Amino acid sequence: MIHSLFIINGAGDVFMEKHWKTVVGKSICDYFFEAQSKCANSEDVPPVIATPHHYLVNIFRNNLYFVAVLTNEVAPLFVIEFLHRIMDVFEYYFGECTETSLKDNYVVVYELLDEMLDSGLPLATETNILEELIKRPNIILKMTKLITGDDTNFGNTLPSSQLSNIPWRRMGIRYTNNEAYFDLIEEIDAIIDRNGVTVMCEIQGYIDCCIKLSGNPDLTLSFVNPRLLDDVSFHPCVRLKKWESERVLSFIPPDGNFRLISYHIGSQKCQSDAISIPIYVKHNIQFREGSSGRFELTVGPKQTMGKTLEAVVIECSMPKSVLNCTLTPTQGKCTFDPVKKILVWDIGKIESKTQAAARLPSLRGNIVLSTGQPLPESNPVLNVRFTLNQIAISGIRVQRVDMHGEKYKPFKGVKYITTVKNGRFQIQTKQNFSIPD
Amino acid sequence: MSSSMSMQSASGFSSGTPGGGPNPADEQTEPASTLSIFALDYKKHEDIKHMLDSNKDNLKLEAMRRVIGMIAKGKDAADLFPAVVKNVVSKNMEVKKLVYVYLMRYAEEQQDLALLSIATFQRALKDPNQLIRASALRVLSSIRVPTIVTIMMLAIREAVYDMSPYVRKTAANAIAKLYALDPELKEELIAVIVKLLADKTILVNGSAVQAFEQVCPERIDLIHKNYRRLCNLLVDIDEWSQVTVLNMLTRYARTQFVDPNKTVEDDKNNFYGDENNSKEKSENDDEDSLEKRTYTMDSDHRLLLRCTKPLLQSRNSAVVMAVAQLYHYVAPRSEIHVIANALIRLLRHHREIQTIVLKCIASMAEKNKDIFGPFLKAFYVRSSDSSHVKRYKLEILTTLACATNISTVLRELQTYVLSPDKEFAAQTIHAIGRCASTIPEVTEACLNGLVGYMSKKDETIVAESVVVVKKLLQINPVQYGDIIKHIVRKVDKITVPQARASILWLIGEYSERISKLAPDVLRKMAKTFPDEEAIVKHQILNLAAKLYVMNAKQTHLLVQYVFNLAKYDTNYDTRDKARLLRALLFQADKCPALSKHAKKILLASKPAPLLESIVRNHDQYTLGTLSYVIGQTVPGYTDLPDYPLEPSDSSIRNVEVIRPSPSQDESPRKPSSSGKKKSTTDEKFYSDEEENDENEGTSTEGPDDEDEEDEEGDDDEESENEEEEKSDEDEDEDGEKPAKTINQTDEYEQLDARSPTVVDNHESSEENDTESEDEEETSASEDTTDGEGEEKIIEKHTLSFNKSPSNIAISGFSMATTTEKSIAEDDLEAFLGITTTSASNQQSTTKASVRDDLQNLESLSTPSTLTYIRQYECLNRMTGQGLQIQYRFPRTPFQRATNMVHIELTFTNTIPNNDIRSIKFIKSKSGVNIQGFSDIDQLPGGASIITSIGIDFNDTTQAASFDISIGGRQLATSISIPCHVGELFQPKFINEKDFNKSLSSLRGMHEITGTLNVNETQISKFNFTTIQTKVVQCANVSSVPSSSGDSTVYRFSGQTVSSKALVLIAIQLNMSRSTINLTLNSDRIILATMLLKEIQQAISTIS
Repeated sequence: MIHSLFIINGAGDVFMEKHWKTVVGKSICDYFFEAQSKCANSEDVPPVIATPHHYLVNIFRNNLYFVAVLTNEVAPLFVIEFLHRIMDVFEYYFGECTETSLKDNYVVVYELLDEMLDSGLPLATETNILEELIKRPNIILKMTKLITGDDTNFGNTLPSSQLSNIPWRRMGIRYTNNEAYFDLIEEIDAIIDRNGVTVMCEIQGYIDCCIKLSGNPDLTLSFVNPRLLDDVSFHPCVRLKKWESERVLSFIPPDGNFRLISYHIGSQKCQSDAISIPIYVKHNIQFREGSSGRFELTVGPKQTMGKTLEAVVIECSMPKSVLNCTLTPTQGKCTFDPVKKILVWDIGKIESKTQAAARLPSLRGNIVLSTGQPLPESNPVLNVRFTLNQIAISGIRVQRVDMHGEKYKPFKGVKYITTVKNGRFQIQTKQNFSIPD
Repeated sequence: MSSSMSMQSASGFSSGTPGGGPNPADEQTEPASTLSIFALDYKKHEDIKHMLDSNKDNLKLEAMRRVIGMIAKGKDAADLFPAVVKNVVSKNMEVKKLVYVYLMRYAEEQQDLALLSIATFQRALKDPNQLIRASALRVLSSIRVPTIVTIMMLAIREAVYDMSPYVRKTAANAIAKLYALDPELKEELIAVIVKLLADKTILVNGSAVQAFEQVCPERIDLIHKNYRRLCNLLVDIDEWSQVTVLNMLTRYARTQFVDPNKTVEDDKNNFYGDENNSKEKSENDDEDSLEKRTYTMDSDHRLLLRCTKPLLQSRNSAVVMAVAQLYHYVAPRSEIHVIANALIRLLRHHREIQTIVLKCIASMAEKNKDIFGPFLKAFYVRSSDSSHVKRYKLEILTTLACATNISTVLRELQTYVLSPDKEFAAQTIHAIGRCASTIPEVTEACLNGLVGYMSKKDETIVAESVVVVKKLLQINPVQYGDIIKHIVRKVDKITVPQARASILWLIGEYSERISKLAPDVLRKMAKTFPDEEAIVKHQILNLAAKLYVMNAKQTHLLVQYVFNLAKYDTNYDTRDKARLLRALLFQADKCPALSKHAKKILLASKPAPLLESIVRNHDQYTLGTLSYVIGQTVPGYTDLPDYPLEPSDSSIRNVEVIRPSPSQDESPRKPSSSGKKKSTTDEKFYSDEEENDENEGTSTEGPDDEDEEDEEGDDDEESENEEEEKSDEDEDEDGEKPAKTINQTDEYEQLDARSPTVVDNHESSEENDTESEDEEETSASEDTTDGEGEEKIIEKHTLSFNKSPSNIAISGFSMATTTEKSIAEDDLEAFLGITTTSASNQQSTTKASVRDDLQNLESLSTPSTLTYIRQYECLNRMTGQGLQIQYRFPRTPFQRATNMVHIELTFTNTIPNNDIRSIKFIKSKSGVNIQGFSDIDQLPGGASIITSIGIDFNDTTQAASFDISIGGRQLATSISIPCHVGELFQPKFINEKDFNKSLSSLRGMHEITGTLNVNETQISKFNFTTIQTKVVQCANVSSVPSSSGDSTVYRFSGQTVSSKALVLIAIQLNMSRSTINLTLNSDRIILATMLLKEIQQAISTIS
C-alpha cells in the first residue's frame, strides 16, 4: 500500500524519509518538485501525481509536505486520510507538527511511523494505543529519564485496548476528579452579497470533548432538538444504530480530548429555520478617477440573543492599485499592509445593547490609489471574524448527559461557542455586471 | 544534502549522550564541507560501532538512535549491519525495536548477514508474550529475504492458530508480504486466508480481507460463507479495514447479484444508459418496477445496503467514499441519493480530500444529476479554494445547471469571472459557454454576456470569451451576424494567439456575412504574418483560401502574397499547408478533380463543437480509485465486473449459524454475576444483539442498587437469597443441561427484574419534588424501544411502585419452601392493561418501565410482587429429534388477543453440533383457537430461542394441542399444552367495596365453600404474606386491599381470560377453631371448584 513516505519542508528539502518496503530513492521527489514548480500557490499542487513507475500522493499542512509513494492501486482518499492522521498523531505527540519538532524527535517519529504502518498497511492509529506503546515526550518523562537513567520510550506491555473491541480506550484509567467537558463549537460559513442578502449560510459544528473519567463509563448524550442534525459524522466510539433509532449519542468515550461528532447544517436548513447572522456590516467603498477613493464601514450586532460579539475582526484585501489608506476607526485598531494590500480592522467587543447607530464602531477615511493605473474592476471582499460565547447559533442544545457503568458522580459541563473560521464569512461589497434572467 | 541536514544531525545527536565523548568534535567539523563527510562518516560509524559493542544498554540505545537518525535522513548506514544485528537479542525493548527498524530497512541488501538474526525471531515466535510473538512475526515477514520464505510460511501457518487475535491479525498482515516475495506460494496462502476469513474476532477479519484482496481477489467464492457475517460486523471493524472490506463487498455484489435497476421488460442494462434514456425510464422505474424490485432484490443484497449505510457517518473520508462507491455501483437508482449528504460533508475536510471527492461528485453528477441538485450551493466557489477545487466545483455547477436553476448559477458564475485568478476566470467563461450550449433558454443571454466580456481589459478573459463565443456561434450562426461583426472588430486588440486564430476562422467561415470587412482583415493579417504564432498563421492561410474561393477578384493578389510568405516560413507545417492550399486553388490543372470542388472542400458545413466537461473520459475507471483520479491504469487495478444476468444462489451464503455474532456462542455460559457481565459488555461492545444485555449489565450494577435494598426492606433481601438458593437446588435436581440454561435465565431474570424496580422507586420519589436529573431513567426507557424492534418473546416485567405506607407491610412477603417454585404475579400491570412488552434474544432478558403510567396512578397503592414461574416440558428431546420445547405461563396479557392465555415456549436444540432449520407452527388440532409463533429459521446447536403463543382455552382445562414442522416435515406427535386452572385467570383489581358488591350478585349457585382444618402451630404462621404467596402461586389473581384492617379475612379477585367472568376468593381464618374457611364466588362454578381444591391444598402446606 504506502510504499514510502517523504517529509518535505517549505523550502523543498526532504528532511525525513521512511520506507516500509523496498527503498525508493529520494530522486522520486523530483517529480513532486516539478509539479510544485508549476503551481503558483503551494496549495495548488495536485494531491495525486503520476510518475512513470510510482504514484505520489501528497498533503500540504503546517507548511510541510507529506509525500507518500505508491506503486499499486489504492484509494487515494485512503492515503490522504492516513497522511493527515499521521500528522494528527505528530501534533498530539509533539504539540505541533513542524520541521523543528519532527527533527527534535526523530526517533519517536520513526517509532511512531513504524507502529502506525505495517508494510504500508495501517496498524495502530488510535493515539491511546500508540501512547501505550511509545511514550509521549514531555518534561516529566525527561526528568525521570535523567534521574533513573532509564532512557527508553517504549512500554513493555502490550496495549490491552488494542485487543479489545474498544480500541480507543485504555484499561484501568483512574482519576480523582471525574470530569466530562463538552465544547459545542459552531462555525458560521456564509457569503453575503452587497445588498446584505445572505447568498449562502451554513453551519459547521463540532462537539469537542475532554473526558477524564475513571473506569469504563458509558455515556449517553441527548439533544433538545436532535432533528437539526441530519448530516453528522461520528467518532468511531459512537454507536451508530442507537443514533439512527433514538437520536442520542451513546458511547464509551476515549480518554482525554477528542472530537465526538461534527455536523453540518446546510443552507436549506439555515434559511428555513431562520438562523440569523448575528452581525451586519454597512459599507461604502468608492474608487474615483484621480487616484483617490472613499472607504467607510460600520459594524453592528444583529439578533445576538443578548450575547456580546467578541473578537470581531474585519479583513479586506484591497485591489492591487491601492497604494495606501488613511482610515480612522471609532473603536479598535486598523492596520494596512501596503505590500500585501491587506487591511485589518481589529474591533474587539461589540456590546449588543449599543443599538444607536452613532455608537456603533465605524471606520472611515480615504484611499490613495496609484496614479496611472486603471480603476479596480471589483470592489474588495470583506472577511469577517467574530466569536459569540454561550450560544450555538443553530439553536442546538445538549439536553442531558447520563453516565452508566460506573458508580461515581462525574462533573459534567457543556460550553457553547459560535465562531467564524478565517475566510469563511465573506461579505461582497459590489455586484458587477448582470445578465438579465 | 544541504547544510541544514547536517545541522540537524548535529542537533539530533547532541541529545545527552553519557558516553559520547568524541561527539562534540564531530558536530563542530561536520558542517564544514561536504567533502569531509565521507571521512567523518567513516569515523563516526566507527564510533557508533564501539557504542553498539559496549555492554551498556544506554550506550547501545544512543547508538541505535543515531543509526535511525541516519536512516531517517536517507543516509547510508549499511556498513553498520553486523554491529547492529548483534543487538537483536538485546533485552532492552527500545534497542530491540530500533534494531527491528534497521533490519526492515537493510535486510534486503545484506541477506546473508540478515540470516543471523532469524534464529532470534524464531525463538521469539514461541514467546509467551503475545506482543513479542506478534512483533517477531511482523519483522520476520518484513525483512524481504527470499531464502527464509519457507520459515515465514511456517510461522504464518502456526500463527493462524495462535490464541491471541493480535498475533493472528499480524499473521494476516504477513500474508500479503509473503505473497509479494514469492507468488508461487499462492495456493498455500489461500488456505491460510480461508481460515482467517472465518475467524471469529473482528480484529482479524479486517486484515484477513486485506490479505484476500492482495493475494486472491479473483477467488470471490471464498467470501460466500463469510458474506453475511462481514456485512453484520462491518460497523465494528476498524476504519482502515472498512475501506478494504467495502471495496471487496462492492465487487462481490457486482458478481453475485443482478442489476437492481434492470426491470423485467427492459432486459438491456441501462445502468450506464445515456441520460435521455434514463430520464424517460426513471419514471417507469420508480412507479411500476419499484414493486418488482423490492421483491426481486436478493435479501443479501439488501443486507449489504442496509449494513453499509450507517458508515456514511464515519469521520474517515475514505470510508464514506467507499460507501458512496458501493451505493453508486450496487444500489438501485432510487436509493443512491442517501450518499449525497455525506459526500457534501466531506467538502469541509482538508483540501486534498475535497479535490478527490469533488472529482468523484463530478462524475456521479453526470450520471445522476438529481441527487446533487438540492446541494447546488455547496459547490459555490470561494476565493480561498485551491485551483483544483475551483475547477471541479465549476464543473459540477455546470453539470447541475438546468432550466430551473440556471439564473442562480449564472449569477454565481458572473462573480467568478471577476476573480483575480485569471485562469479560473477563463474556466468560468468556458463553463458559461457550456451552460449556453446545453440550455437553449439562456443561450442568447449568455452570448450577450460573453460578448460583453470581450471588452474587458484582461486578455485571458477576452481570449477565452472569443473562443467560447466562436464555438457557440457555430451552433447557430444565422442569428448572430451582429456578434460576428463585433468580434471581427476586436481582431486588432486581441493578442492571444488562440483567440486570434478563432476570430480568423470565424471570418473565413462566415465571410459572406461580412464580405466588406473580411478582405480588409486579411490585408492587415498579411502585414503581420511573419510575427504571428503558427496557429494564427494557419488560420490566416485558411482565411485567405476561403476568401479566394468566395471572392477571387478582390483578394487574388493578397492571397498570392500570403501564400508566398507562407512558402518561406520556418515552420514546415505552415509551408505544407500553404503548398496544399496553393495546389487546390491555383493549380487546377494538376489536380482537376479536387480543384473543381475547392469551394465545397473549404466551406463544407462543419458540425458544431461540443463543449465538453474537463473530467470526461475518466469514467472508464472505477470511481474513487487511484486510476480514476490520475486517469490512467495503475498496476493492480481491475475493473468492476458487470452484473451477471443470473443471480447466484443465495444458499451458498448460508452458514451454520444464523447470526454469527459471538453472542450465541457465549450465551449458554453467560455469567449471571454482574462482575463477569461487565467483561462481556466490553467484548461485545457494538453488536446490537448485545445492546440489551449491556443495559441490563449497567443498570444492575447501577449505583442505586443499595438504595433499592434499603427500600425493599431487609426481609425481602433475605428472602431473595433464599429463593436463589432454592432455585439453584432445583436446577441441580433437574440435571439436564438445557434445562439448566433456562433456569439460569430465570434466576437472572429475577436479578434483573429488580433493577427497574429500583429505578422507579427512586424516580417517582424524586419526581415529586423536582425535575432532577436521574441517570437511570433513560436506560430503562431505552429498553422499551429496543425491544420493540425484534419480536421474539414477550417478556414478563416486574414493576414496582411508589408505595403508600399502608402497603409496605404487604409488599414484604417471604417465600416459603415448597416443592414448587414460588410464583408471584404482576397484578398492577395486568390491572392497568399496560402492554409493555419487550423482547430480547434468547435468554437475555429485558425489562421495561412504564413510568408515565405509573405516575398517573401514583395515588393507587399496589403491592409489589415478584414473579416466579414454573416451567413445563411439552416436547422432550427424544420425540422432538433433538428439539426440546418447554412452556411456561408468564402471566402477562397476550398482546395479539386479549382473550388468550399467554404462553412462552422455549425451543432448545439439544444436539450440540447440529442446526435445526425452519421450525414452523402449522395448525391447532382440537379446534382450539391458537395464535402461533413466528417461524424460526435456524436454531444452532446448543442454543435456545424463546417465542410466545396465545391459546384461547375457552375457560376449560382441556389441553390445547397443535402441530409443528421441523425442516419442512411435520412432527409425528403433536404438541399438547394442558392448562392449569390457575392460569385461566387474570388479575382483576378491585377494592373491598366493589368486592362486596360483586359478591352479593354471585351468591347461591355461584358460591362454593370449603373448610380446612389446621393445627395451632400452623395457624400462627398464617399471615397475609404466606397466604397471598400461596394463592398467587395457584392462580393468577390479585389481592384486594383490606380497608378494615381485619387480619382474619383475606380477599382475592380475578377474572377468566376468555370470558372475563369474575372470580372472588375469600379466605377467613378462624383462630379459635383452627380452621380456615374458603369461599369462592364465580359463575364459572366448575373452574371455581377446581381452583378451590388447588388453593386448599396449597394453603395446607403452609407450615
